This record gives sequence, C-alpha cells and structure tokens, in this order.
Amino acid sequence: MERTAPTTGRSALPEAAILDREGLDALIAALRGDGYAVIGPRLRDGAIVLDPVESADDLSWGLIDEQDGGRYRLVPGDAQTAFSHTVGPQSWKRHLYPPRQTLWTGRRDGRGFTVETPADPVPHHAFLGVRACDLAAMAVQDRVFGVAPHEGRSAGQERFTDSGYAARRAAAFIVAVNCGRAGGTCFCDSMGAGPKAAGGYDLALTELPGCGTPAFLAEAGSATGAALLARLPGHAAGPQDRAAADASVEQARAHMGRAMVPDAGPLLARNLEHPRWAEVAARCLSCANCTMVCPTCFCTTVEDTTDLSGDHVERWRRWDSCFTVDFSYIHGGAIRQSGLSRYRQWMTHKLSSWWEQFGTSGCTGCGRCITWCPVGIDITEEARAIHDSEGRG
Amino acid sequence: MDSALLPPTTIASADPMVPRPFRIVRRLREVDGCFTLVLESQDGRPYVFRPGQFNMLYVFGVGEVAISVSGDCRDPGGLVHTVREVGTVTRAMAALRPGDSIGVRGPFGHPWPIEEAYGQDVLFVTGTIGLAPLRPLILEVLNRREHFGKVVLCYGSRGTHDILYEGQLHQWRGRFDMQVHVTVHSAPAGYRGRVGSVANLVKIARFDPEQTTAYVCRSETMTRPAVQALYERGVTADRIYVTLERNMKCGVGFCGHCQMGGSFMCKDGPVYRYDTIEHVFSVREL
Repeated sequence: MERTAPTTGRSALPEAAILDREGLDALIAALRGDGYAVIGPRLRDGAIVLDPVESADDLSWGLIDEQDGGRYRLVPGDAQTAFSHTVGPQSWKRHLYPPRQTLWTGRRDGRGFTVETPADPVPHHAFLGVRACDLAAMAVQDRVFGVAPHEGRSAGQERFTDSGYAARRAAAFIVAVNCGRAGGTCFCDSMGAGPKAAGGYDLALTELPGCGTPAFLAEAGSATGAALLARLPGHAAGPQDRAAADASVEQARAHMGRAMVPDAGPLLARNLEHPRWAEVAARCLSCANCTMVCPTCFCTTVEDTTDLSGDHVERWRRWDSCFTVDFSYIHGGAIRQSGLSRYRQWMTHKLSSWWEQFGTSGCTGCGRCITWCPVGIDITEEARAIHDSEGRG
Repeated sequence: MDSALLPPTTIASADPMVPRPFRIVRRLREVDGCFTLVLESQDGRPYVFRPGQFNMLYVFGVGEVAISVSGDCRDPGGLVHTVREVGTVTRAMAALRPGDSIGVRGPFGHPWPIEEAYGQDVLFVTGTIGLAPLRPLILEVLNRREHFGKVVLCYGSRGTHDILYEGQLHQWRGRFDMQVHVTVHSAPAGYRGRVGSVANLVKIARFDPEQTTAYVCRSETMTRPAVQALYERGVTADRIYVTLERNMKCGVGFCGHCQMGGSFMCKDGPVYRYDTIEHVFSVREL
C-alpha cells in the first residue's frame, strides 16, 4: 500500500469528493467488502470507544464530549454530525499493539523443551475516524517499534522490528478525520500534531457542519485511498468545499482547551530536581490511567504461565506502566521507589527524553491523560508551573 | 592468537522475543553462590557476541533474566555464563545440570569499545562478580595485546573466599605483559595480600593517566568512588567506560523497563562512556 509518509505532508494533489451520509455508509460497506474489519468511534458504557462498526448508523451521531481534568461527559450536539466529539479513552494502539499477546508457547521434551510461536493471522483493520493527534501517535510508535527511521540516539543502528506491530500497521487502512471541534483537554496545536491530519492516511474526512444534512469532504492520501474513493457515490469537491473544511479545522485550532509551553523538552531536562515534582507527586495516585490511555505509551512486561503438569508454558506480553513500583525492580529493590520519581519518569519521558531516544516528542496533545486522570492532573499545567518558576528566577 | 577484528555481529534470531534452546555441557562451581554454565546451541545456528553484551536466559517454567556473557568471544567451544544466585530464576538455574536445556535470547546491548583504546594503556576496574561481564573484554584485549600499552586489572572482593576466577587471576598475574592488583575488604589475621578498597588500587597502579582508557564494571554505588579515583589520577570522563544495570524484559528497546533518562540500557547500554551519562548519574531514582 502506498501511503504518504507521516512526515512528508499530504500528497500534492489529493483526489477529493463530497460524501453524504449514504456516501459514508458506502465507504464502510466498501471497506467491509474489501475484507477489512472496520473499527470506529461508537457509544458504549457512556463513552465513545473504538469498536467494530458495520454501518454509518453505528457511529456516534449527534454526540459531543465535554472533557476536563478528571471529567468526561457526553451531551447532545448537532444530530447531523458524526464526528463532532473528540478522542475517547481508547486509542488505536490497542488494535496495533494489543494489551495482551501470546509471544510463544513451550513444551517440555525430555530434559529439554521446544518453543513454538503462535501463527496468528494478521487482522486487516480499517480504522475509521483517526484524529490527527492519534495519527501522529502512530508515527511515534512506528519509530519505537523499528518500523520507521528516526533521528534519536540509536538512529540507524536499529536491529530489531516488532514483527506483530509491523504486520498490523502495514495491513491497516486508515480513514482520518480532521477535527472541526476541539475538546476541553486538547492541545494538539501546541504540539504541532493537529487538528488537521498531515499525512499517513489513506483517506481523510472533514465534516462540513451547518449544511443541514451530513456532508464530508473526503480526500485521498494514498493510491489505495484514491481507488476506494473513486468507487463511492459522491460528487466532486469544489474550492468552496475545501474552504469550508479549512474554516472548520481553523475553528478547532482556535478553541484548543489547553496549550503546552514551548520547548518543554529542554525545560524538563534541566529541572529534574525541581520542587514541583514533589508537589504533583502528592496529588498523583500512581494509578497508571495516564499510561493506559496514552496513544504513544508502549511499555510492556512479560508473564510466564505454566499448566498444572508443569510441561506446558506460555509467555504473554501485556501493557505495563512506569507508575508501578515493580516496573523498575532489580535485585535488591526498585530503582523508582517514590511516586515523585515515577511521575517524573513518565512526564520527562513523554516530553523530554523521547526526543533523545527517537528524535520526536512522545506527546501529541490528545489530552487523554488529563481527562482520565482521576485527580485531574494536567500535564500542560505541570509543565507551565516549572516554566513559570524559571521566569521568576 | 589472531588479532584481526571480530566478524560483524549478526542478528541472533529472526524474532528477538523467542528463545533458542541451548544445552548445558558443563557446570562449574565458582565462589559461594556463583556458578558457571557452558552452553551449546541445539538448533545448529552459530552464536556470535561482542564483549560486554548480554543474553536473556530462560529456565523452563520459571522465567527469564538478563545475564552478561562471561566467556571468550573467539572461543567457538561454548557460550559461557557466570551467574550469582539471587532470585527465583537464578536459583532454579543453579539446580540445572549438564544435559538440561536453557533458553537463550541475544546477544543484546552495546559492547565495550575496544579499538578506541588502541595505542593507550588499558585499565580494568572491577570487583566481586563484576569480573564476569568484564572477562570477555580482558580476554579480547589480551588477544590483541600488541595494540595496547600497559594492561592493568584492579580487582576487589569482600573477603578472601569470594575472589572470582581466582585461578585465572593467578594466571594473568603470571604474565609479564599484565599488572594484576587484587584487594579484599576484610581478611583474617596473617593474610599477606592487600586489604582495602579498589579505589586504592587505582591510586597505586602504574599507567599513564594521559593515555589510558579505563573500563569500570562495578555496582552503581561502587562505580562512583572508582570514577572519583580515576579523576584523581587524571583520567578524563571521555576515556572512562562504565556499565549499569536496570530491569530488562525484552532486550530490544520495546518494553521500556530499562530506561535511564534518554537511553534504553538494553540497546544504548549497558556500557556507557561516562561523560555521556555523567549528568544523569547523580539524579536519584532516575
């Protein structure tokens, strides 16, 4: 599949069309017809989650999310819009990098043993409704898992690729959605990650509100996307449609709920012993919610299980969090005993040391860590507090 | 011994997360609580490593630990690991006997640089079981002996009964082209060897501080006084290599456990040039 590289911007001449609700439905049907399992934002348990969708009816029409530190509520909005909500608690990493995976199984064989890797078929997913921040997060994880080159510390020396991630990523069809509305905890603009998808998609949709009926500007970002778009019932997009889409995105940009201070990376790197760490640690519950909802957090641990006979073993890999004491355990005790050190590890990794490792920020400004923090700790506020204290000298 | 460069490191396994079965061919008792396993590959594929690299060793049904390779990288006869019993996995490993199998993933990690020290004196600073991960480097420096000036080993142990590889230390001390200094922290009355800290050995060792590369393989706490002693002799941070230790789960930079600041110890370390980590070394709980 040819796809615009995440860093090179969108293709020069995207083919574009205007789709209505039937067109959106036809898009989902066409993807399903092509063998993709379509995953999109739909309502479950009072939140918008990323679940399988079978038709446009499954999408979250007319729902708006109110988000703030430790707060998430869905309220009615314009019934003619399917994407006026922003990001929910889940990110796409759960489909590219599942929370639990079997790495291999082993069987005792005399005094030795044999090892087998499960022959899992690679799921062909179509991700519908990928926001710019989450698209940027995929580009970040591509660097982490050795799929894309990077300018970090070990640039050019990467010897390993996570084969499962690489296979799922390559098989995925991506329908991005440019945001026409920013959430209360969004700060993608200040991270340079959104609200408009910069590339790395097959198709990008921009909802055109105020038309009275659902209308989407659909732009192709890859040959596969263009081929699919040509099969959909729609009419050609004119300059006024593009202008309306751009205005919608600018509307989102103008209403970002939060903003990250500039140069947060060097700021945190020179403030590893700042008193603010103790202050935030007094509020932090070390619950790990922020790491679970973060679209770029990639840490895992392994679990070995053995059956009762002792002859069959399985090694599982599951998501882990730097907020657990166990995470840094070596013989003699954990390196990061205090909540202070664990919060500092998470935040400095995200905003600062990620640059050294992978030549990019580990934060894309999606705001999930703020919304889903049970005590409403706000990464932008913490960075600003350190920033402002420097100003005071 | 051929002093040509080592063959390029090859990727050990198609999938770095899947262990290869190795058979234990020999088991040696070392000092109390330590043992050495000599392993041979059961899948017929060769195993190539560089001094300073480590493996993830897996005991069937128990778990996996990161252990440095302790043998000679030019010896095709077997993969050598010296292990100290400290936890669940290493205790189970201690119970294995020749003929049993063990899983190996690796080699992982950034090796000790060697060519960088050509033309200089070489100083090894280590203690107790730290000699195990350093031994492949010492052996390789001796393999390429003509490229170096003086070669000095400073080794310290707690007492007279936990001097690792004692026979080999005697053998090295017998060479005319190597200085071996051994100290113990405490000794019974009448002990005729040196008593005191390894840092004191650095003070008395004969090398040219302006032209020396130092390799320090100690615990994080003991690395500090070793580096301090080197500074006092005039060895600068850009010619000191140290090794560090963190929790390792994957070995390839995917699991995140071994991070220290901006580096992954499993792929950027465990060997670091001291000036590249000096700024984070003093930060507690990083």
